[in-house]
Amino acid sequence: MSRAVAIETIKLRKTYGTLAAVDDLTFQVYAGEVFGLLGPNGAGKSTTLRILITLLRPTSGQAIVLGHDVARDADLVRRLIGYVPQERAIDRFLTGREHLLLLADLYHLPKDEAQRRIPELLKLVDLEARADQPAKTYSGGMKRKLDIACGLLPNPKVLFLDEPTLGLDVQSRLRIWDYVRQLKARGITIVMTTNYLDEADQLCDRLAILDGGRIRAMGSPAELKAGLGGDIVSLTIGAEDAGRIEALATALRVLPMVRAVTAKPSGLDIRVESSEKALPAVLEAANRTSCRLELVDYHRPRLDDVFVAHTGHAIRSEFPETEE
Amino acid sequence: MNEYLQEIRALTMRWVRRLSREKFSMLFTLVQPMLFWLIFFGNLFQRAADPQVTQAPNYISFLAAGVVVMTVLNNGLAGGVDLLFDKENGFLERLMSTPINRTSVVLSRFLFVTTITCLQVLVILGVAWFFGVEAVTGLPGIAVILLISMLFGVGLTAISMALAFSVKSHGDFFSVLGFLSLPMIFLSSALVPLQAMPAWMSMLAKFNPMTWAIDAVRSLILSGWAEALPKVGMVVMIMLVFDAICLYGSARAFRRAMG
Repeated sequence: MSRAVAIETIKLRKTYGTLAAVDDLTFQVYAGEVFGLLGPNGAGKSTTLRILITLLRPTSGQAIVLGHDVARDADLVRRLIGYVPQERAIDRFLTGREHLLLLADLYHLPKDEAQRRIPELLKLVDLEARADQPAKTYSGGMKRKLDIACGLLPNPKVLFLDEPTLGLDVQSRLRIWDYVRQLKARGITIVMTTNYLDEADQLCDRLAILDGGRIRAMGSPAELKAGLGGDIVSLTIGAEDAGRIEALATALRVLPMVRAVTAKPSGLDIRVESSEKALPAVLEAANRTSCRLELVDYHRPRLDDVFVAHTGHAIRSEFPETEE
Repeated sequence: MNEYLQEIRALTMRWVRRLSREKFSMLFTLVQPMLFWLIFFGNLFQRAADPQVTQAPNYISFLAAGVVVMTVLNNGLAGGVDLLFDKENGFLERLMSTPINRTSVVLSRFLFVTTITCLQVLVILGVAWFFGVEAVTGLPGIAVILLISMLFGVGLTAISMALAFSVKSHGDFFSVLGFLSLPMIFLSSALVPLQAMPAWMSMLAKFNPMTWAIDAVRSLILSGWAEALPKVGMVVMIMLVFDAICLYGSARAFRRAMG
C-alpha cells in the first residue's frame, strides 16, 4: 500500500545537554490522516511537534514536511502549515477578530482574502457573536476555538494541534473533536499531541506511543489493540496484601495461558489468550499465594492496555493540568 | 519588502491597540511617576538644593534633564516585559510559527517603545515649561534631546528584551530590573551634579552612559549650543557603542531562546 507522505522524520533527535528529549524518531504521516503523538507529560510529544513546526532545530536527524526540510527551509514550511498551540496562546486585550486580522498580516494574506476568510472561520468555530469582544472575556472553550480558527487562517495543508482539549470541559471537548473530524473530511492532514487515551482512540487514524523520548509502538488504534491479542484480566488486590503482589505475578507468569503480567500500584494486569479459560487458574494462583482479590475485571484490550504493554506503566493522567 | 512592512505594521499596531485597551495603564504610562519626580521632587528640593552646586537657576530646571533620561531608562528597561508575557503564554511561539521575518517582532517592539518614550519626553518638557523651564536651544534643541533619548532607549530596550528571552520566570526579570534601575539613577548626574558627589560615586557615575546623556540634555536645556555641542557629540558616540553592545547581546539571547 503506497500513500502520499505528508511528513517524514528520520532518526530525529533533540538533546538538552546530556538529556535526550526525543531520540531516534522515525515515522511517517500520510496525507489526509489524523496522526496522534500519545504519551505522558515529558514523553517528547511537544518537542517533536515543535521541531515539525520549525520552532526547534533538531540536534540530529531530519524532518521533512510536505517535501521541505524543517531546518533548511523553515520559512517555506511555515507558509504551508497551521499551528494551534496549547491553551492560552491568546492576547487577552485583543478581540477574536483582531487576532485573525493580526495573523492575516503575518501570513501575508491579501486584504480581500483576509476579508473573506475571517468571517468564514469565525462562523466555523461559532464565535461570530463574540468576535468583537476582548479575548479576556472568553471561556476556556471559546479561547480554544479561537486558537483553532487562528491555526486554520493560512488555509494550511497540515494542521498541528498541541493538546487540543487539555483542561476543557466535556462539551467543549466533544465540539473540538467534531472540528477535527470536519477538517479531516476537508482533506487536511492533522498531527496532534495528546495525553488522553480516549481522544487518541476516537480521533486518530494512526498514532505513535511516545515514552521517554522514543516511539514505543505505532499503528492504528485497532491494529495496536489487535496486536496485543487475547484478553486482559485486571486484578485489584487489597492494600494489606500489597507485599504479596510480586509473588502472585511470579506464580502467574509460569502459567501456560498467561502471555504477560504488568504490575500496577493496586494490582496486576494479565494478558491471556482467553479470559474464560484463564480465569480459574488465575483465581487459583491468587488463592495459593494468599492474595485477597477485591475486584476482578476482564475485557478486550483497550488503548490503555496497549500503552501499559509497550511502556511498562500507565499513562499518568491522575494529575491533569487544569486551566487557570 | 512589502511583506516585511505588512508584518511590522501589524505587530506594532498590536502594541498600540493593547495600550489603548488598558486605559488605566495608558494614564500611568503617559502621566508617569516620572512626572511626579519632576513636580514633587523638583519643588520639594527647591530650597534644599544649592544653586551654587547645581549651577542652575532653580532645582526644577536642573532636574528636568534627569527626569527626561530617567523616563527613557524606565521605559527602555520595561520594554521587554510584554515580550516576556508573550513568551510565557505561548503567544510568541504562535507568532514565530508564522512565516514572518525573525526580526519583525523585536523591531515592532523597538518602534513602539521608542515612540511612547518620545511622547513622554515631550510631555515632561511641557510640564517643565509650565514650571518656567524653557530649553535655551529651542525646538532644534528639543529635537536633539529626542535623538539622544532614542539612542539611549534602543540599547536599554535591547537589554530588557535580552533579559526577557533569557530568564526562567518573570519574577527573575523584575528582580534584575529593580536591581539595575535604582543604582543607574543614583550613580548618575540625574539628581546631583557629579562635582557634588563623593569621589567614589562620581568616579562610578562617569562609567554610566546615563550620566553622559543627562549632561548633554542638561546643557541643551540650560546652557546653549556652544556648551552643548561637544557633549552631544560625545554622547552620540558613547550611545552608538552602547547600542551596538546591547543589540549584539540581545540578538544572541534571542537566537538562543528561539532554538
